[in-house]
Amino acid sequence: MTLAATAPARHPALDFWFRFARNRGAVFGLLVLLVVIAVAVFANVMFPDSPWKMVQRPFLEPFQVEGLPLGTDTLGRNVAAGLAYGARVSLVVGLISTLFSLAIGVPLGAAAGYYGGLVDDILMRITEFFQTIPSFALAIVLVAIFQPSLSSIVAAIAIVSWPPVARLVRAEVMSLKSREFVEAARLAGLSHLHILTRQILPNAMSPIIVMASLMVATAILLESSLSFLGLGDPNIMSWGYMIGAARTVIRNAWWLSFFPGVCILVTVLALNLIGEGLNDALNPRLARKGR
Amino acid sequence: MFATHAAIDTEDKARRGFRLLRILTLIAARLVKAVIVLLLIVVANFLLIHAAPGDPAAVMAGEAGAADEIFIEQLRDRFGLNEPFPVQLWTYLKGVIQLDLGYSYRQQQPVLDLILARLPATLILTMTAFVISLTLGVVLGVVAAARQGTWTDSFVTSLSLLFYATPLYWVALMAVLLFSVQLGWLPGYGYETIGAGYTGLPHVADVAKHLVLPALTLGLFFTAIYMRMTRASMLEVSRMDFVKTARAKGLSPSRVQRRHILRNALLPVVTLAGLQAGQLVGGAVLTETVFAWPGIGRLMFEALAQRDYNLLLGILLISAAVVIIFNIITDVIYTLIDPRIGANA
Repeated sequence: MTLAATAPARHPALDFWFRFARNRGAVFGLLVLLVVIAVAVFANVMFPDSPWKMVQRPFLEPFQVEGLPLGTDTLGRNVAAGLAYGARVSLVVGLISTLFSLAIGVPLGAAAGYYGGLVDDILMRITEFFQTIPSFALAIVLVAIFQPSLSSIVAAIAIVSWPPVARLVRAEVMSLKSREFVEAARLAGLSHLHILTRQILPNAMSPIIVMASLMVATAILLESSLSFLGLGDPNIMSWGYMIGAARTVIRNAWWLSFFPGVCILVTVLALNLIGEGLNDALNPRLARKGR
Repeated sequence: MFATHAAIDTEDKARRGFRLLRILTLIAARLVKAVIVLLLIVVANFLLIHAAPGDPAAVMAGEAGAADEIFIEQLRDRFGLNEPFPVQLWTYLKGVIQLDLGYSYRQQQPVLDLILARLPATLILTMTAFVISLTLGVVLGVVAAARQGTWTDSFVTSLSLLFYATPLYWVALMAVLLFSVQLGWLPGYGYETIGAGYTGLPHVADVAKHLVLPALTLGLFFTAIYMRMTRASMLEVSRMDFVKTARAKGLSPSRVQRRHILRNALLPVVTLAGLQAGQLVGGAVLTETVFAWPGIGRLMFEALAQRDYNLLLGILLISAAVVIIFNIITDVIYTLIDPRIGANA
């Protein structure tokens, strides 16, 4: 609270940005993410041809032929184009599957924390059950049985990623529900649903946002791992697929596995850095404690 | 403080007895819970087979059209697929309770036999990775916390950020490329040198050599997690009142660090390690695939390539059982190191 006392009154959004920007790693992460987003959005402008199209002889090394800076793969496809189109899948899957896991985890956690008792018991047992099943193995089984496609991948990732959200939201709601403003709302005769959605959840947003940003990163890793094992959507070029397809030729063509991996690493790292910055900006007291 | 030695002795014994009792009840309670969870997974597996597109018998046999009509008919008969739904569920459950996980048509072997043959390799790999990552993570986390704000701290923290963002299978591939193909230091493939015919100690050494790269790459991601957690937890505990008291009593800094801070700071790390066990087993699928390590992860990859769904579901069940064993182990460790338990006995 000393922060508010010393800093002059600023617009809240500006205030948020200053706290976020104090974390240099987070700003770096944001810049990197913007580049990745730009590449994903303009992939078809930079590479008008399909990334599946054969453009040169196979196994062309990087920096050998103009226009093919990262060489070609086992079938003579442009690696750079594959990376650009792969950025789309990673970001889209990361974002949508996170939204879906929030859609499962937030209501469950909120109900468990708010109503307590038997509701809490049942919902938490379900959550624990899902946490016991090895999530990656479950995701593999789900995608395999429902056939690999963008929607089955998103669904599988959402199904294995919601339990931590539910736990977090439950803990937040439990600590908020006995606060005075909630009791005032209750005395005012507001319905449970109204209190939960309008009074409690908005106050629990900060940690949820931080967790969501980290979940996008985890989802990207999960998607790439599934694609690596050959469980990607067969019609969409993705980073994990590129590494998986190049695995058997790694002794002869290192670049085919190396560059997609760097893309995943950099994107995931950027998202994690942003998550830390959001944590600093949204929970200033918590952030200082951790340092 | 002024108690006689004998009094301290009996108190100590009582404390130890209390702790043992606690651990035994804990294990019993967890085993009951484990049985319930495993039964629920069996039910979920059953529902998955039926939710899958296509004929359930064909799903159990493998990809549609892979099995011949006679086998499909046998399956339909054995699982009562023409019977009402609850009867089917009961038939399926009864089979699993009698340790019958079905038959892999693709591999021409019972699913359970296939899995049990591969289980030891996975246990060796995951346990080694678990021990490495927990040890390394805690040591690095303690070092970073002790040198908070210095270059060492920044280095360790950045390293953990980097490890945390690295795709497991990719770092495994790069490790093969560097340490096996380029430098030739370590084998990057398999469980033992094929045809070498080692027995006894040379065999153990041979397996250990093959284990280095898979275990290190699998442990990397988890090292990062434990490192971060240990660091944060050490810093948080070191600000607590009882630590100030310990310092004010005049205890040496290293004693405060070890006995007061570390022991308390480890508790959330152990809890986290238990929660991460599932991820460790999942990660083994990727590591074993890259290193051709003959465990259930590799088996899962093979089952995947052949769309052998029944085998996949069996592996899911057994790997959940492995996770539960890991959870029980971490619970016991927690009880052993928790300074609060037994103190008021």
